[in-house]
Amino acid sequence: MKMQHALFDEHHVLHDIKHYLPAQAPLKDFVHHNTLHAFQHFKFFEAIRHASEIFGYKVSLGLDDFRSLYAQNRVRADILEHVIRNHKGEASLAVWKDKLLHKHYDEHALPRIGYVRSYWKKSYHIDLDSIVHPRLFRLLCSYLDQGISIWSFPVRNKGLLEAVRMMEQSSLVSFFKSKKGKNLLLDSSQTIESLLKILVGTEGLFEHYLYDQQFAHQGWSGMVSTVESSPETLLDSKQVSLQDLIHLELIMEIDAVEAHFKGNWTPLGAKIGHEPVALFADVKEKELHEVLRLWQEAFEWTYYDQVLAGLQQEKVQSKSITQKTFQALFCIDDRECSIRRHLETLDPHCETFGTPGFFGVEFYYQPEEGKFYTKVCPAPVKPKFLVKELGSTAKRPKDAHFTKHSHTFYGGWLISQTLGFWSAFKLFINILRPSMSPATASSLKHMDKFSKLTVDFEALKQQENGLQIGFNLEEKVQRVQGLLNSIGLVKDFAPLVYAIGHGSSSVNNPHYAAYDCGACSGRAGSVNARVVASMANNPEVRAILRTKGIDIPDTTQFLGGLHDTTRDDVVFFDEDLLSAENWALHRQNMAIMEKALDLNAKERSRRFMSIDTTQSPAQIHELIRQRSVSLFEPRPELNHATNALCIVGRRALSKGVFLDRRSFLNSYDYSIDPQGNALFNILKAAAPVCGGINLEYYFSRVDNQKLGAGTKLPHNVMGLIGVANGIDGDLRPGLPSQMIEIHDPVRILIIVEHFSEVVLDVIQRDASTYEWFANEWVNLVVIHPETKALSLLKEEVFIPYQPLTQKLEVVTDVMRLLESSQENFPVYLVQ
Amino acid sequence: MDSLINFFVVFPLIGFFISLGIPDKRERLLSGITFSLVGFHLLVSLGFVGYWLWDGPRVLNVKDIVIFKTLGYEFFVDIFFDRITATYLLVGSLMTFLVTLYSRYYLHRESGYKRFFNTIWFFYVGYNIAIFAGNLETLFIGWEILGISSFLLIAFYRERYIPVKNAVKVFSIYRIADVGIILAMWASHHLWHENITFLKLNNFELVHEHLQSHSVIGVFISLMFLISAAAKSAQLPFSSWLPRAMEGPTPSSAIFYGSLSVHLGVFILLRTFPFWEHQLSVRILIGLMGLVSSLVSTGIARVQSSVKSQIAYASISQIGLIFIEVALGWEDLALFHFAGNAFLRTYQLLVSPSVVSYLIREQFYNFTPRQRSVEDSFPQKIAYTFYILCLNEWNLDGFMYQYLWNPLKLVGTKLNFLTLNRIVIFFVISYVLGIISLFARDAMPAGLQVFLPILFSFLGLLMVLKSFTERRKTQMSWVMVVMNHFWVALSISFNEHFTYDHVVLYLSGIVVAGIVGFVCLNRLKKLEHNIDLNRFHGHVHKHRTLAFVFLGACLGVSGFPITPTFVGEDLIFTHIHEDQIILASFTALSFIVDGLAIMRIYARVFLGPHAKSPYEMAYRSS
Repeated sequence: MKMQHALFDEHHVLHDIKHYLPAQAPLKDFVHHNTLHAFQHFKFFEAIRHASEIFGYKVSLGLDDFRSLYAQNRVRADILEHVIRNHKGEASLAVWKDKLLHKHYDEHALPRIGYVRSYWKKSYHIDLDSIVHPRLFRLLCSYLDQGISIWSFPVRNKGLLEAVRMMEQSSLVSFFKSKKGKNLLLDSSQTIESLLKILVGTEGLFEHYLYDQQFAHQGWSGMVSTVESSPETLLDSKQVSLQDLIHLELIMEIDAVEAHFKGNWTPLGAKIGHEPVALFADVKEKELHEVLRLWQEAFEWTYYDQVLAGLQQEKVQSKSITQKTFQALFCIDDRECSIRRHLETLDPHCETFGTPGFFGVEFYYQPEEGKFYTKVCPAPVKPKFLVKELGSTAKRPKDAHFTKHSHTFYGGWLISQTLGFWSAFKLFINILRPSMSPATASSLKHMDKFSKLTVDFEALKQQENGLQIGFNLEEKVQRVQGLLNSIGLVKDFAPLVYAIGHGSSSVNNPHYAAYDCGACSGRAGSVNARVVASMANNPEVRAILRTKGIDIPDTTQFLGGLHDTTRDDVVFFDEDLLSAENWALHRQNMAIMEKALDLNAKERSRRFMSIDTTQSPAQIHELIRQRSVSLFEPRPELNHATNALCIVGRRALSKGVFLDRRSFLNSYDYSIDPQGNALFNILKAAAPVCGGINLEYYFSRVDNQKLGAGTKLPHNVMGLIGVANGIDGDLRPGLPSQMIEIHDPVRILIIVEHFSEVVLDVIQRDASTYEWFANEWVNLVVIHPETKALSLLKEEVFIPYQPLTQKLEVVTDVMRLLESSQENFPVYLVQ
Repeated sequence: MDSLINFFVVFPLIGFFISLGIPDKRERLLSGITFSLVGFHLLVSLGFVGYWLWDGPRVLNVKDIVIFKTLGYEFFVDIFFDRITATYLLVGSLMTFLVTLYSRYYLHRESGYKRFFNTIWFFYVGYNIAIFAGNLETLFIGWEILGISSFLLIAFYRERYIPVKNAVKVFSIYRIADVGIILAMWASHHLWHENITFLKLNNFELVHEHLQSHSVIGVFISLMFLISAAAKSAQLPFSSWLPRAMEGPTPSSAIFYGSLSVHLGVFILLRTFPFWEHQLSVRILIGLMGLVSSLVSTGIARVQSSVKSQIAYASISQIGLIFIEVALGWEDLALFHFAGNAFLRTYQLLVSPSVVSYLIREQFYNFTPRQRSVEDSFPQKIAYTFYILCLNEWNLDGFMYQYLWNPLKLVGTKLNFLTLNRIVIFFVISYVLGIISLFARDAMPAGLQVFLPILFSFLGLLMVLKSFTERRKTQMSWVMVVMNHFWVALSISFNEHFTYDHVVLYLSGIVVAGIVGFVCLNRLKKLEHNIDLNRFHGHVHKHRTLAFVFLGACLGVSGFPITPTFVGEDLIFTHIHEDQIILASFTALSFIVDGLAIMRIYARVFLGPHAKSPYEMAYRSS
């Protein structure tokens, strides 16, 4: 454990605070990540115990929740006993079971954070937060604002503190209420330490005080810290730092106290009740922690166990498909799990694959006329390529209702009396008959269907701002080969191979980026799909691939596409390049695809109260499309809710199991990768990406108020970078309740089809990847490719696992099943 | 045809009661009934207004029910319809219809779905009563209902700190508007010697004749109208409440603070226009107020970096212009402008979450690093000064505290030596003395007769001030609020005509509600131990029924139109003579603080983050 530093070390403390603050980027770059990433060096249960005690987060469902799940049989009795037995031994089973089911525990306790600062209220009877916060937030938001205000912050290109200082210096009015505040700001020799001396006095409390202060508004502090670490995330860049924020906030606090007591006060340090517990001192495990842990594991294994049993029992052994009609590559995203099933059911001769939705091509993308580059690959990757869009004909529709002129004096006068009446009409139409509008965030707007892309490297235009435009031959070969190897598609190519990225469409949704492809940094995957198809169609690339054993027939063509997961529409790009024969085949495939999309829409609709699932698939599909453009629909789609699994293996492994859209599916063939090199790359991405999504849903679900964004209905957009409640509130990072309400908070189970020795070796190759597994932030089970024996990673070794579930039910008609319930389904075998 | 206009007022009331009766779980049924009933209301309105126009628009007036009648005093509900009502009716029912339809899906699965629709209905009842009111008394009924429904909608997310805090804040401003109306009623009663209807205000000769002999009182009444209008329409110096009211679900902010509620100040000006039409000074004042509000709030709107506050200030600025239009006598333009502004702001608020994707995309394609605005051409010192002023909203939010609430609180805290026992003893003794002196008033010197009512109303005022600032003893605070009314009754009793049955009428509601409230608090204290007023407790979390009953008691004690006290309150004021300015202002002030103290008790005890656990509760700052 970290020790409380005897002497205050500003640099060190600030560095640590940044580590613990929420790391969510501005809205447009929303990417899922583990909310408690700062605790990842602990084992999962140890970590959440500490996070809860220190910061007051709720970190699992409550006892009552678990008990009612048990009563509904959503936590199975035999699994619960099994878990207790494993941890406590046979002898203590009855005692512990009684504790879990009946014993009363006091679940309420005060967290460590906030202790020191609470004495402003207790000893001084002054509500510092309500004086300082609104002013501070407003100042900060105006400074960081990306384009809401009409008159933007007057001092540009200066750090926050310096800008405020400049304004204070030459203005007739002051930001502060007291002379002292003004003087402290203008005195550039002040440091955080010297200010703390004035405010707190006792040096031993400085660190605790700063934590208290920053975690009283962790939304804004987190945003400042994120922007400081990656300034490029703001289009209109700002030089903000946590140090400036703290410095300014300390002065504002001194000023508030000074004004309130008219100069007659002493530092806070002397008025603290008793010495606070060191913030990061070890948190002892109590019986309640153990009880909750057992419940959590039982809850998770109730689901895992059925899945594993299903994988062992399923019979759709790889009967090899002859005469393939087409092959389709989808993103591993759990939302693509069902569309693949529908395609395979409708056309038994097709084959589907799953791979991260950037298709192994990493680059920045610049749409035509775009002033910036957009990263379209996983967030940690730093690409050195640039792809530009050329010849776009799409017009960007405008909406006069967003014009800022309506907020000015005379503009407002004119607009309210003209456009005002038009807006009543528009609102009427939009409520009765929702349709696409300029306000809609649509995945199709990412790239114009009829534009061209600069996929090929040309010696003449090599570099732009340090990025290489396009890929050269060797780079293309590497990427195509890497992709095909990792999913095990190295032979038996169908005439058409689709690479289908995904994106979403929604309106009135500030979190729109969270709905797009996480592997493309919260953008639609259309450009990547097109780029990879173009590379794989390149004859030179194919020639070299042939020498490496991947023989793509000349008749085979790759085609990029985009699946809109909200509307369940698919579009394809560059269809004009298809040969005549392939065009005919493509048309046939499209008919299948249409049907599959209808069915997929129907499958999704069972979760939506407002849609009657018994209607015909086509009718439902129309309702689903309408939903995506409805202003009043806070749930255009349910995104990753209910995700719980990630299966890395051949499709045949899970094809016969009904997984209810709860699984990430990554195609992988162990037989062509005996060393696990491809597996290494897959897991290196899957653990943080799928694990990050899963944990963000987990924590937003269990504590939607502190770790999530609460209900989105009162949200107000602040500076285009975040949302807050009302106008005075702190930013709300995390997911809104509408996204997580049906989610079951279980950790993700990654299932890999390979030999356990190989897998153990693979995950240990990279320390940061290994941390996810070793510390149990994700669970890992390896399924033996030949015997289907299961081994579970526990305490860093694989131990055999035998499912308790004996016999799974078989369903013959999935669509009938889907109409039967809104809740999560158990695992079924399908035929 | 005339009596048909009653439908518009009664129908929402029926809708409200139906919506109360539908169980929590029946989301679809509740919202379905709501939007079909509001839709029906809209259709009838359209048909009615169409027929009315075709028939040759004329002013309709129906004197409905006489609620209370005594010598020289008549309290009656009067319904009135002209083109101002017509415009407000059409805009109001259209917007409410659209927003209920919108909320039907938007609020799906939100806890408080039913509460939301109930409150919307309650609002709609108040709105229709207000716009159809034919006299000040009827208008005031609607006005009060609007105030409470606003409070409930702002505090919709009652488990969070800021919404509750802001709800109380907005309520305090509304309270000022209420008292503006009460004082206007008081003065106009003395001017006309009856409860004048708006219909009669249209009679130029009548108004002219009365005002000629009472020009001061005429100006006073106009000023009271103006204060009410400014507070309700968020003009200076009250503006800062409007952005802070945007705490509820977006559609409720859109309909309340984007369109309907915020334009009621304009309504009251339009309604009373014939009264102050010939008071040039008043017209100039209204125009100036509109102009200054408009200029200042445009400046503030320009620096706002959050969507909703920007829309709020932009709307205030337009309402300022509407004030000018009304002052100039351009009624048609004002009505047109009102409708346009209401539609525009509602729509802008409803699509406000889209602003991120839209503006980010715009910016992505059209970004210029250093976008210049007009202000960049100002000299630096001026620019910085204005920016800071606008950013801090010209300190408008602190203004009310600094000059109104804080001085009142200061007086209240001076009374900290009081305990429940001491107060009860003091009350009993002095009240008995008061009653004795009341019966012996004929034997008293004239000077004392003038002085005693003022003393008693001052004691009442002290009681509510103490109650308003009390931090610990909730029950005591409650008892003092109730006692205030006894003091008021006593002090007015010194004036002639105010007889025993008036006192009974006035105090009956208070006593019943007071006892109910006290029992509620006692019960809660027994269950939860800590119910002090030092912080928010959020007991509604566990005690929903108790909270509901207590809210009823609060409304009863604060003279809400559900008990006879409401009529009594009006009656009290008519008995204050026009030369008793001090008595009138003490009584008015004690009514303001009284309402505030009551809502403060309700908010602190029942609303806010639940006291028992910081877990599963939002941050205080969120």
